Amino acid sequence: MTRQRNDAVCDPAAAAADKPVEDFRDHLVDHLGPLRAFALSLTRSRPAADDLVQDTIVKAWTNAEKFAPGSNLQAWLFTILRNTYFSTIRKRRREVSDPDGSYALRLSVKPDHDGRLAYSDFERAFAKLSDEHREVLMLVGASGFSCEEAAEMMGVAVGTVKSRASRARSRLARLMGLAEGESVLTDADQTTMAVTGRPGAHAA
Amino acid sequence: MSDKAPRSRIKDQIDANLKRIYDDITKEEVPERFRLLLDQLRTKSLEEPAPPPHRTGDEP
Repeated sequence: MTRQRNDAVCDPAAAAADKPVEDFRDHLVDHLGPLRAFALSLTRSRPAADDLVQDTIVKAWTNAEKFAPGSNLQAWLFTILRNTYFSTIRKRRREVSDPDGSYALRLSVKPDHDGRLAYSDFERAFAKLSDEHREVLMLVGASGFSCEEAAEMMGVAVGTVKSRASRARSRLARLMGLAEGESVLTDADQTTMAVTGRPGAHAA
Repeated sequence: MSDKAPRSRIKDQIDANLKRIYDDITKEEVPERFRLLLDQLRTKSLEEPAPPPHRTGDEP
């Protein structure tokens, strides 16, 4: 059944309200890659990451009316994803009456070793960080969100994002046994740095 | 030129590594299940434009 064209013509407001929602659903597919990367950094397990992305997509789809047209779709999707992840962790913690979270921590901390990516020292150290530290580093260090955007997504103050990111980087450096001036990078990475690195971008 | 403080150099290197991990996964081919999922959601929302279906049957 095709929709009668008259509807749209007679009610332009309804037609206008309809359109952005459809557009955003059509663009979900473009965000699957970033969503999977963010999910994997939180869960550290590929099957769990893909389940989390699936939940996120279903929630986004069924709550489409809550998306403000013209706003940042990726930020909205990332927010759904991280809220889903953290509420699952909290729920799991309650279910097994695990008030201090040690069981939930064990569940979430086990990195998977399916061999798809050879774990470098860096990735191993990253996997040892807390959920909150991995999250903030992925948002502001990797996916390029501003501290303001990350603060909104995480539901915390901008200052908290900045100090948390700084502590997370220090912790990561310590985990890798990095002394001042030592390099975290391999030669290949140095090349990448030359292309993507932004020297001196530490004004904040 | 290279007299940048070691601390900020470590920060840059950490961020470069984070970006590499993130970009590697982002560039991977998306598993088929997600295309199927989007197709299913699209089909469902065409059939039932209103709220999502409840299959539990325990509602009035």
